[in-house]
Amino acid sequence: MTGITRAEVCAAACADAWRDAGEVLAHAVGVLPGIGARLARMTTNPDLALTDGEAFFMSDPPPLGRTAAHGGVVEGWVPFRRVFDFVAAGRRHSMMGAGQLDAYGNQNISLIGDWRHPTRQLIGVRGVPGNTVNHRTDYWIARHSPKVFVEKVDVVCGVGNDRARAGRGLRFHDLGVVISDLAVLDYGADGRLRIRSVHPGVTVAEVRRNTGFDLDAAGATETRLPSDTELRLIREVIDPEGLRHREVPAPAGPGLTGR
Amino acid sequence: MGDKSMPLDDFAATIESGMTVGIGGWGSRRKPMALVRALLRSDVRDLTVVSFGGPDVGLLCAAGKVRRLVYGFVSLDSIALDPHFRAVRERGAVETAEYDEGMLVTGLRAAAQRLSFLPTRAGLGSDVLTMNPGLVTIASPYTGEEYVAMRALPLDVALVHVNRADAAGNAQYLGPDPYFDDLFAMAADRCYVSTERIVSPADLPAGGPAQSLLISRIFVTAVIETPGGAHFTSCEPDHGRDEPFQAHYAAAARDPDAWRLFRRTFLDGGEPDYHKAVAEFHAGRGGPDGEGAGER
Repeated sequence: MTGITRAEVCAAACADAWRDAGEVLAHAVGVLPGIGARLARMTTNPDLALTDGEAFFMSDPPPLGRTAAHGGVVEGWVPFRRVFDFVAAGRRHSMMGAGQLDAYGNQNISLIGDWRHPTRQLIGVRGVPGNTVNHRTDYWIARHSPKVFVEKVDVVCGVGNDRARAGRGLRFHDLGVVISDLAVLDYGADGRLRIRSVHPGVTVAEVRRNTGFDLDAAGATETRLPSDTELRLIREVIDPEGLRHREVPAPAGPGLTGR
Repeated sequence: MGDKSMPLDDFAATIESGMTVGIGGWGSRRKPMALVRALLRSDVRDLTVVSFGGPDVGLLCAAGKVRRLVYGFVSLDSIALDPHFRAVRERGAVETAEYDEGMLVTGLRAAAQRLSFLPTRAGLGSDVLTMNPGLVTIASPYTGEEYVAMRALPLDVALVHVNRADAAGNAQYLGPDPYFDDLFAMAADRCYVSTERIVSPADLPAGGPAQSLLISRIFVTAVIETPGGAHFTSCEPDHGRDEPFQAHYAAAARDPDAWRLFRRTFLDGGEPDYHKAVAEFHAGRGGPDGEGAGER
């Protein structure tokens, strides 16, 4: 396979996050998490349960970014009321975005500034507080920047490791990885984010420059390339329209061939 | 069974200033927009609005009807943020109680069961507790484990929109998701159901499976027939979201002059005027486009 793009590296990295998830609901917000969940289902984790992002579990998912109304095979009915039951039951694994994310994995999508009088209102906490205290949560950051990776978030929506360790009753709190367009991060024994791997063509210095807090890079490797099988699935089966390159643009040129 | 049908024109007078109003639907999906538009035309004010918010929240905020907003999010789905919601928040113009979505469900469930709270894990460790200073945690009397004691969210009235209902108040949804409309109805002292069509009791089971009969008449105060009453939000399978019109709404909401024009064109008249103006909007664009079904 030729011309492997950054987006395709990210897709494989996202798929790896679900490899050992078991038979749970994959909650994937964003194009690359959606591709990753489907890819994991077709390769390493055939038991993974996919949804159409609306009210249905899909044994055969609809076209990427579309709902059951556009195709696929329904295997279960999961309206929002049941989603919250599944969250509480813990049979779910989320990968979603963040407006801000700090060194301990505290996540914010609610607002910027003071909550009483925000300088910039975002969407609200949504279901993130509940997700993070009930089941594994990963984050996907399509554009790695110091605006997203901040020392301290303005509002804690998704609960980070520092808070989880300080509180009681958070025995199901489980932060996994943070995947961005530059790197895969995970959490060290101290609960802080660190670099697990940088994507091919990216340097540790570049990741650090785009992160608003110190990142441990000891042990950082290079993110793996997708296999030929994975590339074929991504390009021909899961995302033939190339939606992945709207989220992580493909640079002009030959891509990462031969690396 | 009594006849609870009510003309839309009689609805707004039933709502008093200062009331707590729960609004069904989710985001920009199956919202009781005709009822909301009726409230916009009334002189009701100082409402506490409880909603999985969409343009219902945006419109009521823009019209200055809201004193306090209880929500987990406010979104137009295909457009991430409602510009009016953003504007009132950034002006500090409304009091807020922002909860995790699951906590909101728990609060409604507590109210429906006439409890003062229910325990949940959601919210622990997060700033939802910071942003709601009265909200406390409790220790399990059995294990000592800590939970959030989510306070009940009792409603004075609930407003929901469904596909079909009979005049007695049995309400049927025919789309993929009931959202939490039955819970809103049960958490409220009074529930107003607007519907695409009032049908005979025999036509309800004929129109869909028994499981689609979502809200029982024992929780319903009045039924209001409002064809297109969820517009511009989706009301599957009767119609999808009107994406071009929603985009027009969002664009207008970002600009005061454009908003004045939008209000004059679409909101200052009655419900028939609204639908006439929407038809003219689409005619001016070269006809309505029937997308929407997949763009929920």
